[in-house]
Amino acid sequence: MTLPLGDLVAIIPELIVATVACLVLVLDPITPPSRTHWLAWLSVASLVACFGITVSRMDATVTAFSDLMILDPYAGYWKLLLYVVTALTILLSLAYLRVERIHLGEYYGLILLSLAGMMIMVSAADLLVIYLGTELMSLSLYVLAGFKRFEVRSLEASAKYFVLGSFSSGILLYGISLLFGVAGSTRLSAIAAAVGTHGLDDPALLFAMILLVVGFGFKIAVVPFHMWTPDVYEGSPTSVTAFMAVASKAASFAAFLRVFLEGLGGLREKWYALFLVICVATLILGNVVAIVQTNIKRMLAYSSIAHAGYALIGVVVAGQAAADNETRALGLSSVMLYLAMYAFMTFGAFAVVALLRKGGLEGEEIEDFTGLAKRQPLAALLMLVFMVSLAGIPPTAGFIGKLYVFMAAVNAGLTWLAVVAVLLTAVSAYYYLRVVMVMYMREPDPSAGLVSRLTTSPALTLVLASAFAGVILLGLFPDPLVSITTSAVLPFK
Amino acid sequence: MYDLLVILIPVFPLLAVLINGLAGHRYSHHVAYRLACGSVGLSFLCSVAVFATTLRTGITREVVAYTWIFGGDLVVNLAFLIDPLTCVMLLVVTGVGLLIHLYSIGYMHGEEGFTRFFTYMNLFMVSMLLLVMGNNYLVLFIGWEGVGLCSYLLIGYYYDRVSAAKAATKAFVMNRIGDAGFLLAIFLVFVNFGTLDYTEVFARAGELSTATATAIALCLLIGAVGKSAQVPLYTWLPDAMEGPTPVSALIHAATMVTAGVYMIVRNHAIFDMAPVAMTTVAWVGGITALFAATIGLVQNDIKRVLAYSTVSQLGYMFLACGIGAYTAAIFHLMTHAFFKALLFLAAGSVIHALSGEQDIRKMGGLKARIPMTHALFLVGTLAIAGIFPLAGFWSKDEIMAHAFTHGHYALYAMAVLGALLTSFYMFRLTYLTFYGQSRVEPHVAGHIHESPGIMIKPLLVLAVLSVIGGFPGVPPEEGWFHHFLDPVTVGVLSGAAHQGATHPIVLLMVVATVIALAGWGLAHFLYSARPEAASQWAARAPAAYRTLFNKYYIDEAYDAAFVEPAKRVGRIWDWFDRTVIDGLVRGVGGMTQGGSALSTWMEKYIIYGSINVLGYANHLTARSWRRLQTGMVHHYAAIIVAGLFILLHLILLW
Repeated sequence: MTLPLGDLVAIIPELIVATVACLVLVLDPITPPSRTHWLAWLSVASLVACFGITVSRMDATVTAFSDLMILDPYAGYWKLLLYVVTALTILLSLAYLRVERIHLGEYYGLILLSLAGMMIMVSAADLLVIYLGTELMSLSLYVLAGFKRFEVRSLEASAKYFVLGSFSSGILLYGISLLFGVAGSTRLSAIAAAVGTHGLDDPALLFAMILLVVGFGFKIAVVPFHMWTPDVYEGSPTSVTAFMAVASKAASFAAFLRVFLEGLGGLREKWYALFLVICVATLILGNVVAIVQTNIKRMLAYSSIAHAGYALIGVVVAGQAAADNETRALGLSSVMLYLAMYAFMTFGAFAVVALLRKGGLEGEEIEDFTGLAKRQPLAALLMLVFMVSLAGIPPTAGFIGKLYVFMAAVNAGLTWLAVVAVLLTAVSAYYYLRVVMVMYMREPDPSAGLVSRLTTSPALTLVLASAFAGVILLGLFPDPLVSITTSAVLPFK
Repeated sequence: MYDLLVILIPVFPLLAVLINGLAGHRYSHHVAYRLACGSVGLSFLCSVAVFATTLRTGITREVVAYTWIFGGDLVVNLAFLIDPLTCVMLLVVTGVGLLIHLYSIGYMHGEEGFTRFFTYMNLFMVSMLLLVMGNNYLVLFIGWEGVGLCSYLLIGYYYDRVSAAKAATKAFVMNRIGDAGFLLAIFLVFVNFGTLDYTEVFARAGELSTATATAIALCLLIGAVGKSAQVPLYTWLPDAMEGPTPVSALIHAATMVTAGVYMIVRNHAIFDMAPVAMTTVAWVGGITALFAATIGLVQNDIKRVLAYSTVSQLGYMFLACGIGAYTAAIFHLMTHAFFKALLFLAAGSVIHALSGEQDIRKMGGLKARIPMTHALFLVGTLAIAGIFPLAGFWSKDEIMAHAFTHGHYALYAMAVLGALLTSFYMFRLTYLTFYGQSRVEPHVAGHIHESPGIMIKPLLVLAVLSVIGGFPGVPPEEGWFHHFLDPVTVGVLSGAAHQGATHPIVLLMVVATVIALAGWGLAHFLYSARPEAASQWAARAPAAYRTLFNKYYIDEAYDAAFVEPAKRVGRIWDWFDRTVIDGLVRGVGGMTQGGSALSTWMEKYIIYGSINVLGYANHLTARSWRRLQTGMVHHYAAIIVAGLFILLHLILLW
């Protein structure tokens, strides 16, 4: 047996991430506690290297390991996004872990392992490989969710996430095995061929499809598979929450879109309706329940559910049976664009929450933000920008993302869906602006003390500056990203 | 050179925002306000230059600042359109804006967050300028949202008041409802034209079918109704009076709230294609004009009376748009900016003199104490009441005359009745504030003082404008103002405008004057000649009085109909997400059991999962154990299964 050298070259970024993850795990025990931040910087450096490699390969489409993996611009786009988010997570954790008194080096290793799983997910062309990637991602996240070992909520979050995550993985696996039974293969191309020969009404195919909807629905946290989200987001360390809310959601969307558009594209007449229902339910529930939240992390959890709903609008457009390929491609690229915009603003919001924790506040109840504009004007201003962007107000990234998704819907003749979504955006202003109101329009509690300057580290400054720049620059100059997404969409057949 | 001049108009205040926002804490207030006012002053000078050029050459110009492409079919520029309509708006916004900025130096003196105030005000100027200068819908929308955000921040400026924060949120959310309509209109425009540029859209507006044009126009109207506080989305504006008085004058009277009128006039090519939408605009305006005026009759807060009068006057502008009198709408917009800014700032001067008192029941007899403010307020009152020959007379009369000569008799009647009420409540306000016995509380009475020069001088300018501001529009429909604006605003409906004979117009002017004087006379009788009569009248119809006083209970109705149900639903779902009801779980259990092979597998899986929990949860403390044992995880899993079944049913039943 010869070493499949060409295949290994194709997955160099995955190899780098996995190797550095192991390296971090090995180096951790022999690194003095005062130097653990070196491990973090090592991880970031490896991500920068991967970013360069992936960028240089963006234009080509290569398959590897006898078509188990595919490295196309679509996968490249998601990987770039994931590198950025992971790097931000590591930088955020540098400061945040110290406050939470988490001194475990394997933290960074697990983040990288999780990333490796996500990278496999986005470039897998085979259901089993996707499953493999999903499990690698999720198992790392289960452990990360429980990293605040001395806090009950964190452990509870971890346990809940694990039980429900395995449950949903089981459903996913069941769907995969059914599809294998029908198609005789787990390759997406083979499944697409089987869909073609079996037709739309094969009950086994339909049932398998529904099981996949449930499995992926859990990962991207859409109604009614969203219930774990608030509990887990609230309990996990905030840096991990940010990672889950952004990276794991993006990777799951990427894999799920590839499976449904390439593997089950022939069934889209059927799943289109399912996603339409899920999309509307998610939009309504996410936005309405967010109104009554008092904990900012729970509020952001429901907000992330609602945003998955907005992204699903693009999925619905891409799944329209009647629409032409150009219209569908617009839908898909709008999802890709939306999730990138979402990544920056959501990460930014969680980063501010983490930062306030650092400022000595509890920082997790919305009430804790009272009078923040006076105590920490810069932090309040950043939060204002992120909230405004999440509410979809120009000239921020959130507005462009929404505009693009809604345009895609209207363009595909789904004007009513755009109407519903736009109205719910109006509702969302209420709960996002409540945070602004508390920060800017209330006197700070005198007992909280005045902190005039941000107590901050260079890493944290870098994180907040990147998120802020992302939100503003993508809002003002969306053009480059738009052209990347339009050129990186999956080819529609 | 000319392009640069245009681009600089919004850039000056933007620079001031950046400098004051980032470094404002490093230097004294004097630097901050000089920067803020100076930048607006420079914008004003540029606007005058641009206006002069347009006047001289009569050319409509487009200036592209930078290309803000969207890829694909959609290309959007950050670009400005300079035509007569923009010029008028520019002069109003920067001119009145400059005066109010100057006034604020005195009014906000010594307030906490002085620099912050000016930063927000300048940010507002930037947004408002983008709004009126943009050459496409997206730039308009950016300005539109920007002014909303600044309005929000400035209403909530006095954050020690809970009511201020509530009012701010209310204003913002209500505006967002309107914005939803506006955004949909933008989508519809894009779908139908493939572009968002005004020039192309308006040139091809004639291609629209009536149904499409109506849909777009009605969506635009929803946006305009929210921003310009028309029925049914008007309740935020009176509450917005929680903000500092200069804010009320600039944002909630002179500029931002007129954005809806500007937007309709700008889009008149589309509205002209949609008669149904036009009728709707006219009736929304007519109803608002009358409805708000009735509420204004009995309010006791000096600023709230002015707020309802703003709502009512905006109604006149909508009415004018709806009957195709676009030039008249902009004319009234301009004169209203003059006299309403004057009234608000004079009211601010009163409030300033009375150490913050806003209740007119605790005023009275102020004429002798603050004569200058009194004179200025009186000029504003005369102007808004439509007393010949002040600014308000010409613009309001033109709207009413247009309604009459074009056969909109019902709207005309509403407008006339509204004018009577306007005159009445404005003179009521004047009498109660400045005449009669002093009802000022003793501890305040000692401090009454005339406002400093920096506050009075801008008011003098506004007073002059309120007096002479109507003359550019004389003679009605044939004045200089009309010749300047008509190239932009003449539409299909207003094409028939010039058929009216001269003598009914003169007759209508007489009617308008009589009406205004009647309102004045009635107010004089009730609040000056026989002060006790007013309360007797109120006592005679207690139910009607109470209904008016409580603003027809609209706020309460909205709360009961929308706000509370939304919160309740949210709370129910939240509770549902936290602790799922046993019954449901049992139900799902039954369902799973019914599902033979599948359910067996599922239960196995749940048990398998639970065993894993047992292993993993060794480290958990007792408390979390208990919470796990209530079966919440189990419940969540059951919900997932329920979801699976729902999807299955959907597919089977589809």
